[in-house]
Order: sequence, then structure tokens, then C-alpha cells
Amino acid sequence: MLHIKVTDRESISNKRSVMTLIVSLIAGMTAMGLIFLMSGANPFYAIFKIFSGSFGSRYGMMETITKAIPLILIGAGLAIAYRAKFWNIGAEGQLLAGAIAGTWVGLNWGPHLPSYLIVPLMFIFGFAGGAFWGAIPAVLKIRYSVNEVISTLMLNYICAEILMFLIVGPWKGKTKFGYPYTDDLPASAILSTITGTRIHYVTLLLGIITVIILGIVIYKTRFGYEVRVIGENTHAARYAGINFFKATVIIMVISGGVAGMAGIGEVAGLHHYLLYPGSVSSGYGFTAIIVAWLAKLNPFFVILSGLFFAGILVGGDAIQISLGLPAATVQVFNGTLLVFLIMGDYFLKNKITLKWAKG
Amino acid sequence: MEKITQLEMVGISKSFHGIPANDDIHLTINSGEILGLLGENGAGKTTLMNILYGLYQPDSGQIKINGQRVKIRTPQESMAVGIGMVHQHFALIQPHSAVENIVLGYQHSPLFFPQKKIQDDVLAFSKKFNFDIDLSKQVWQLSAGEQQRVEILKALFNGADLLILDEPTSVLTPQETQELFVILNRMKQEGHLIILISHKLDEITELCDRVTVLQKGKIVGHADTKDVDKRALARMMIGRDVIFNIEREEIPRSEKVLSVNNLVVNGDKGIPMVKGITFDIHKNEIFGIAGVSGNGQRELVEAITGLRKSESGEVRITDTDITNQPPDKIYNEGISHVPEERIKFGIAPGLYLYENAILKQHRSDKFSSRLFLAYKGIKEHARGLVDAFQVATPSIFIQTKNLSGGNIQKLILGREIDGEPPVLVASHPTYGLDVGATEYLRKQLLQRRKEGGAILLVSEDLEEISELCDRIAVIFQGQFMGILEADDPNIKDIGLMMAGTLQL
Repeated sequence: MLHIKVTDRESISNKRSVMTLIVSLIAGMTAMGLIFLMSGANPFYAIFKIFSGSFGSRYGMMETITKAIPLILIGAGLAIAYRAKFWNIGAEGQLLAGAIAGTWVGLNWGPHLPSYLIVPLMFIFGFAGGAFWGAIPAVLKIRYSVNEVISTLMLNYICAEILMFLIVGPWKGKTKFGYPYTDDLPASAILSTITGTRIHYVTLLLGIITVIILGIVIYKTRFGYEVRVIGENTHAARYAGINFFKATVIIMVISGGVAGMAGIGEVAGLHHYLLYPGSVSSGYGFTAIIVAWLAKLNPFFVILSGLFFAGILVGGDAIQISLGLPAATVQVFNGTLLVFLIMGDYFLKNKITLKWAKG
Repeated sequence: MEKITQLEMVGISKSFHGIPANDDIHLTINSGEILGLLGENGAGKTTLMNILYGLYQPDSGQIKINGQRVKIRTPQESMAVGIGMVHQHFALIQPHSAVENIVLGYQHSPLFFPQKKIQDDVLAFSKKFNFDIDLSKQVWQLSAGEQQRVEILKALFNGADLLILDEPTSVLTPQETQELFVILNRMKQEGHLIILISHKLDEITELCDRVTVLQKGKIVGHADTKDVDKRALARMMIGRDVIFNIEREEIPRSEKVLSVNNLVVNGDKGIPMVKGITFDIHKNEIFGIAGVSGNGQRELVEAITGLRKSESGEVRITDTDITNQPPDKIYNEGISHVPEERIKFGIAPGLYLYENAILKQHRSDKFSSRLFLAYKGIKEHARGLVDAFQVATPSIFIQTKNLSGGNIQKLILGREIDGEPPVLVASHPTYGLDVGATEYLRKQLLQRRKEGGAILLVSEDLEEISELCDRIAVIFQGQFMGILEADDPNIKDIGLMMAGTLQL
């Protein structure tokens, strides 16, 4: 009979962490290879296509960076929330809330203001919109013990429906031939891009600044220390006189706010008008959950993991076209990788020994 | 399966990460016998019993029942040969009734309506051993002693001939302990085999027939309890003499530091748990609160340290009113706090040692500006604490959860008294610690008293209270039954006061 024994590892070296990460990614891709095989595609070719499509050409690379922008912003915010063990699954809704608030400013004030005023205003309102949407579950949790996994998830749908209502109703554009879109943002409110690419560099820059600030906040500041104490042990946080209500709300204002900035960035940088929720964001709020975990909740690593998953999104588009695989393939790919990453974490924290014994 | 009449462990060795936890252990127990397993924390008692219960596999050695070698690979196999274990922390499902919990682990439960069909059997069983529990109550409604009896009943009902009890009295009141001993003696008469893990000398000498002493994973002695005295056992256990009467020099009581005036505090269920308590503590004084836990000690301490709002009354430090201030404010006014359940309240287990060395002080000017923490100074401070308070750790860059209980407590105590606060509130500071760490911590408290600190010591350990305190208040149902001077002749009646039958 096979005996399996699980024991805690006492210490975990950096080398082991990195190796575990690499092995989990390889194992995940092997599993994905089997899925490709079952759908009749050559797994080696498909995986090669994914990475050549995203990192193998200048165009692919630029697209990857474009898609990494929202992932980095949201991922860094989620890393902070998850540090405090606040399970924010609502970044998608917070992104949309930011898009709505920012677009309103752009449409209404944009025609009267120069670029250097309207762009910061849009981002401020985008932040505020996401922050508001993120603060709701924080207040609900502390005041009424509402489980944040459920409330944040549900608020995603509410925000998506509000957006739908706005674009088919009061905000429906006069120049859009009856389509459910808003009018285009005025030129002053549209973010410029690096020539020949879709990279809206203002948002990219904001993303990198956010990462640096949040990294410093978590590891160097008093507030970051309090956040980590809350995440580790709420009883100890109470004992230490840490103000829960304030800390949780601030965490969710930040986490939701940066998601909101990602939202207005997508609208002002890529789409130029508000459209279907599923088109404003192709699930960035959910993909960023994996981004944050792959980065081990370290904001600095979010840049790398954000680029990695952006690459998979771009590569996924590439294999849809070249191999004729369904659009959901990428989501299966991402999900598979997440499962293997979490499994890897388990093997990193525990030591497993197998022993054959008679009888 | 035939009844166990004799169980032997022969040459059992087990190591973790290369460190031996058990080294060539031999022991024997016969039917109708209570064997004590004595040793400090980390001596390997629990590891040895977990091997017997099938939770661990020994690296070498054998287990023999009635002379026959048996293999025990899982707790199920252990139960099947007639071994039951009651762990220090109960494995009961809180919202289920006692019967449901017993039925859950029972191997012969029917598929449908198990509790109805087995309830009568369980009740009959419970009567046989005089277990006084309402089995239809949900577990969370039962006291710790009652929960323990449910655990014992569960093991017996599963056909355990040999019962292992891991530190069974650590959660019990003195009366409950006596009730437990009655039950165990009765089981002994019925021919059961009982192994009692403990580091309390009194229990071992009172209850056990024989005792085996472990030290650092090795057996250092066997004895018949009728032949040994406590002092000899203690020496065997830690390898040297323990000072059982720590020298407490006489210091005249000086000015008042902390005063609590007519304080009323509600418990978690909204009922008053502290009903108008008044006392003062002076410089150079240790003021003890004795009592069975659950009589308002926790609520009192939480109200003084700012973790709980009081309903009425006031708390003052020298002349400042600190009633219902937040915990960090109260800390700044000079009251530090060694909380009960050190791992639950006192540390953030996943953070590094140096980060835990400033918990609650992280807002002080010494360690932070408004925004940033001064990590360089914090690390120096942590190194200083580790040296000054003998915290055994490879470095300050270790996750605090990897320290032993005694070392965590030394770190917490060090953190709380390093700044020489005028008042220290210590709840059960040596609970569950081994003799060495206990002695060290008590000496530190006396040192603090000598330096001019005022200390409020809450403890269930009467020995600790009588050794350390200048005055002792006995709390019962949220009220003081009296405040005794250390040399008060009434101290012999402290048990009656704790039980609420005597009020001075």
C-alpha cells in the first residue's frame, strides 16, 4: 500500500520558490497540451504559437504591453487587498465603475478643457468611481459581516448592468447610428499612444508609479505593516489598537481605485467611447486575480506576472486565428495555470513523502 | 479484538528534520494501571503518544499488545485495536450536539438516523461511568470539563481499552479536575489502561501508579509514585533543582498607580461579567487576581487595556482617566499588556520576529514617523530584546510562528516590559509553559516589581499567585470575594472563596 505523508516545511528557500513556480508553470502547460491534443491541435505548435504570438514579434510585444497595462494596475491593487485577507473578487466591477465616472467627466467637461486638465481629472474621477464601488463591500463587511467574496462578486454584475442601462438609455450617443455606445470622447480627453502601437503610455506610466508606491506602502510604511498584521491575525490587530474600519476601507479604496483608473484608461486610451461591459474589459478584473497570486502578492512582481498573462491573452487571440480554436481556450488556459500555481503553493509549503509498504 | 491487558513500546525512535523527538523509548503499561508521562514542553511526550495513536510512524521500534506485535498506521487502526486518545485541544464540532459528535466517530453507526438509534446506548454508557453531561446539548453550550467528558465518552464508546489523555487538566477548573480524577479512577478499577501526559507534578503524584519521565526525547527515569517526592521528580524532569519558592523580597508599598473604581463590564453575550469591581495597585506591587476562569477576569483585563468598552465605573492611571480609551492610547499612558492565549492575541504568526517585536508600539515615535516605519531601529530593538530576554531563535528574520511557546512568551513579555511601563497587566503569563520558562518569566515579573512596576497578574495557577503576589483578590461571578494580603491567615480558605462560598 502506498503511504503518503504530509509535513510542514520549516523554511522555504528562494531557490525552492522559483523552482516550484517554474515546475508548476511547466506542469500547467503540459496539462494544457493535453487539452489542445483533445481538440485536435498539435500541443507543441499551439503553445509555441501562444508565446510567439505574444512575445515573438514587435507587433505581438506591443499588444502584450497594451494588455498588461490594466492587469498591472489591478493586480497591484488586489495584492494589497489580499495581503489584508480581504478577498476582493470585484475588480471587474470596480474597473467598470471607474470607466463610467471617468467617461462622464470626459464627455461633459472635455469639450471645454485642455488635455493637461481633463486627462488628470478623468483619472481622478476614475479612481473615485472604482474606490466608491470598492468601499461598499468593505463597509458591508465591517458593519454587517457580509462576506466580501459574495458582495464583491455580485457588485460586478450590478455595475455591468448600470453600464448597460447608461449606454442603451440616457448616455446613448447621437452619432452612433442607434448602437448602444456613448458618443466619442472629445479629442482633448483621448490618450495619445506610442506611434504605431496601441500603448496608451499615460496609463502605463500610472501603472508603474502605482506599483512602486504600493510596494513601498506594503513593505515600508506603518499602514502597510498594519495591513499585514490584519491579514495575519485579526485578534492581534485588535490587541495592537489597529483601527479595522479605517484600514479596511482604505485598502478597498486603493484596490478599487486603481482598478477604476485601469477602467478609464481602457476607455480613453483604446475604445474612445463607452460600450458593452464585456468589450470595455475582457475580464481583466478576473485575470488580475491570477496576476496577483503569481506575483506572490508582491506589487513589484506584478509587473512581470502582468506581462506574462497579457502575453497569454494576446497569444490566445493568435491561436484562435491560426488554429481555429474557440475563444474560450484562453480562459481554460488561464484557469488551468491558476490551478497548477495553487497546487505548486501547496507543495512549496508542505513536504510530501511517498513510501511503499507491504500489507 | 481481545481486550488489551498489556501494552509495550519497544525501542521507539522518531526524529523530525533530523532532530530526535523520541530516542529509543521503552515503556510498558498493564491493565488497571495509570501511567504518568512527565516531561517539559518539547520533551517528546506528545510525539510518543501520537505514534501510539497512529498519527506518526516511528522511524524504528515496535508496539506490542498482549505480547503480540501490532502495526498502527492510522488513528482508525489504533481505535480498532482498542486505543483512544483525548487531545489537549478537543476535536469536537461546536454546533452539533454531544450525541451527534459521539455518533460521528463511531465505527458501527447505522446509515440512517444514527443518533436516534445509538442515543440509548450512549446514555447507558454515560451512566455506567457516572458522566454528568446533558448529551442533547450542543457542544458550544458545554463547559470545557463537559466537552472533555464527551471526548472520553467518545473514545470509550468506540471500545477503547487504553485511553491516552494529553494535558487533560490544562483547561479544567479545580473541581472539574477532581471530577475527572474520579472518572479515571473508576475506569482504572474497570481494568482500563490509562496514560496521562502532564507536566504538573501534583497530578502525577496524586493520580498515577507509575511515572515515566522524558527529557529531550529520552527516558530519564521510571518510578512508582508512592516512592518518589515531587522535588525528585522535578529534578528528573529538568535535570536540576527548581526553585519552588522564588525569593520575593519585602518592598514597602508606595504610591498608587492604577485605580479601578466600581467597574462594570459586559461579556460577549451582553450580560454583565464584571459587576462593580474596585481596587488600586501601587508601585512595587504585584496584585493577583485568583479565580476559576470565566468569572470575569477576561472582561476585566480587556476593559482595563482598552479592548472592551466598560458600561460604568472608571479606570485611572495616576491621575489620568483612561476609561474606554483605545488600546494604543492606553498603552501610551503606561499600561502594557501580556495577553492570554499568546499566539491568538499577542503576535502576527506569519510576520518576522523583528516585526512582532514592535506590535502595538509601531506607532510610537521611536519606531515610526507618520508614514514610514524605521526598520533599522526596529531590527536593533528586536536584537536587543532577543538578547535581554533569552529568546532562543536562530535569527530575528524568522517567522514568529516557528518559535516555541515559551520563546514567544519571552518575546511578548520582553516587548511589553522593555520600555519600563508603570503598569503591566499579565494574563496567565506562564500557562502551558515548561518549568524552565515559567521560572524565568516569574523572575522577570519580580524584577519588574523591584524596579518600581505595578503589576496586575491574572492567573488560575494558585501556586503562581501565592508565590508572586503582594495582595490577592479572589474573583467569583464578576465580584471580588475579598482581597487578601500575602500573609493573611485566610489564605487557606482561598478555595472556598473561589467557589463563592466565602466572602470576606
